[in-house]
Amino acid sequence: MTQTIQIKPITRIEGHGKITLVLDDSGSISDAKFHVTQFRGFEKFCEGRPFYEMPSLVERICGICPVSHSIASAKACDSILGVRVPDPGRKLRRLLNCGTYIQSHALSFFHLSAPDLVLGFDAAPSERNILGLIKTYPSLAMDGINLRKIGQQIVECCAGKRIHPAWVVPGGVNKPLLEKNRDFMISLLPEGYAIIHRTLDWFKSSLENYREEIRTFANFPTLFAGLVNSEGNLEHVEGELRFIDSKGATIHDGVDPERYSEYIAEKTEDWSYLKSPYFKALGYPEGIYKSGPAARLNVCNGFGTAQADQELAEFKGLERGPVLSSFYNHYARLIEVLYSLELMRHLLNDPEILSPHVRSIARNNEFEGVGVVEAPRGLLIHHYRVDEEGLITWANMIVATGNNNLAMNRGILQVARRFIKSGEITEEALNKIEALIRAFDPCLSCSTHTIGAQNQRVDLVSPDGTLLNSVLS
Amino acid sequence: MRYPAFLQRISDRADVQPVRTLTFSINGQVLSAREDETILSVARENGISIPTLCHMDGLSERGACRLCIVEIKGSPKLSPSCVTLPRQDMEVTTNSDRVKNYRRKILELLFTERNHICSVCVSNGHCDLQALTTELGMTHVHYDYLHTRHAVDASHERFSVDHNRCVLCQRCIRVCEEIEGAHTWDVMGRGYLSKVISDLNQPWGESSTCTGCGKCVQVCPTGALSEKGKSVAEMTKRRQFLPYLKLMRGDESR
Repeated sequence: MTQTIQIKPITRIEGHGKITLVLDDSGSISDAKFHVTQFRGFEKFCEGRPFYEMPSLVERICGICPVSHSIASAKACDSILGVRVPDPGRKLRRLLNCGTYIQSHALSFFHLSAPDLVLGFDAAPSERNILGLIKTYPSLAMDGINLRKIGQQIVECCAGKRIHPAWVVPGGVNKPLLEKNRDFMISLLPEGYAIIHRTLDWFKSSLENYREEIRTFANFPTLFAGLVNSEGNLEHVEGELRFIDSKGATIHDGVDPERYSEYIAEKTEDWSYLKSPYFKALGYPEGIYKSGPAARLNVCNGFGTAQADQELAEFKGLERGPVLSSFYNHYARLIEVLYSLELMRHLLNDPEILSPHVRSIARNNEFEGVGVVEAPRGLLIHHYRVDEEGLITWANMIVATGNNNLAMNRGILQVARRFIKSGEITEEALNKIEALIRAFDPCLSCSTHTIGAQNQRVDLVSPDGTLLNSVLS
Repeated sequence: MRYPAFLQRISDRADVQPVRTLTFSINGQVLSAREDETILSVARENGISIPTLCHMDGLSERGACRLCIVEIKGSPKLSPSCVTLPRQDMEVTTNSDRVKNYRRKILELLFTERNHICSVCVSNGHCDLQALTTELGMTHVHYDYLHTRHAVDASHERFSVDHNRCVLCQRCIRVCEEIEGAHTWDVMGRGYLSKVISDLNQPWGESSTCTGCGKCVQVCPTGALSEKGKSVAEMTKRRQFLPYLKLMRGDESR
């Protein structure tokens, strides 16, 4: 008999999806699928638009990381212009990206995941949210809100607007940085450092409490992909692709992002609008790779900034090879916030940051362009082709969340097998599955261009296909 | 008019021929006007605001957008003030609820005909159509959108035309014909299927009449005509050239 249990409030992820769990005869989990059920279609309706509108057009994919989309898109357009972005323009893009990382990671860690981590996976759903956090741990909640505010203020100081700014353009950015804005951003740094050090200290000391989650949250060998610079240090905005295997050995290094399609292919499944990118050489679905905060830390040699490098050394000491458990994404996010603050300080103290030479002007000289950045959630690839007139004829976007689709699917299976026994869905088990998804911080509306509202749903299906249990959250 | 013989010479001269003036009222305010002035220009001279979209100082009137409609006592229909001349003792109302209501509906219908997406438009923040929505208090579109499909013509080396954003005000057509003298632009089709075309519906870049002066781009009220390479919200239009051009050509009478 089908039973529907309503769980309120709505689960803490960006976008809407559903989960199917399949049971075998003995009542244990045999398969698990993560469906993203709606479609947005930016790749199609961008066709026919002038390429110089693209950075702002694709920003509308997302309200959390519009900046990542605009930078990836602008980089693809830079290639179509065939110009080199002036150094101040490149630095300003990086500065803007620091702001977006701080606000996005703060949102994921404090607003979306901290309620699980602090209040417990089995806490009452009515309490297990940001409001419950404010009530029980007000100083932690305020740290999160203030840190996110710092990130948003940086975006505003650079780009004039917190969400969907039209500042990043093909060839650079469209306005130089004002001195008073630079000074204001410098004044934000001390509070940012204080919050992130406080949070890192607390989180590291409490890692012991999550031993079970660390063991089961997508903790299996996969490849890892990320951007690194010429010294092998972590890169968010520029750099080249590096792939490593689950033992930490480099498979490919120094891959020009323009050649991404020689290494990554996409598979479409009929049960989800989210495509599954995979590493071409290993095929589908063996070519499973992870992208995102922990993957980036696994892939890079270091950060190139003092404090973050110190934290990275500790992080890399967690396991002998690459850190496999996706639970550590939370940890990696905090380290990346620290890195973003350090990079920001470095950029803000560079006198060139105020230079008015921020944009290269040209018409379309090339017919194709690829732009790759590390969005907070992972690799973000924008690839466009244009005609003689500069109108888009074809677009492909591999959005950060998609890279982790295979890993999320397998991770659900791992968590479900561990926590669901004999067909009984407990509130805690359900939330652990959701918490696994949250560890990836997926943005489903980003990744499939989903539109509309569908809540997270878990279906429990018996081998003959009948629905045993359905849980809405 | 007959003049005494000693004044006849003067009456032959058009420049001193007195134009008839008349008195009429706008919103109860009694005003005097020359008989060849429009209600719109008298209103604006006297600080009474009437919203317009297709009107542009320095160009002939076309009466295309209908946003300047006013009520005239004794007439059941609303009249476009940009092409209606006042008559003696006429009573005009520019701000009744009926007029405001119709103006808002006309504006909403303009939005339904094409695909006006401000957030990704080059003219976002510098657009006459967008400014009118705040001026007229338009909060929603109460009609179904037509979702017409229009291609972008980016064949010109420096400019592009996106018909999705065109409101058929015909400013481009008038400035090209009346000021530049090229008459590259025109309209084809009827009703909502009308479309601004260059030459005989050829790609703009292949037009043999276009001089590439860009006046049409500067007078376009929306992002329909824009300079290539401008990103979202970057297209600001410069229209101050029009009065100077008219003055230098001794063409003020138009």
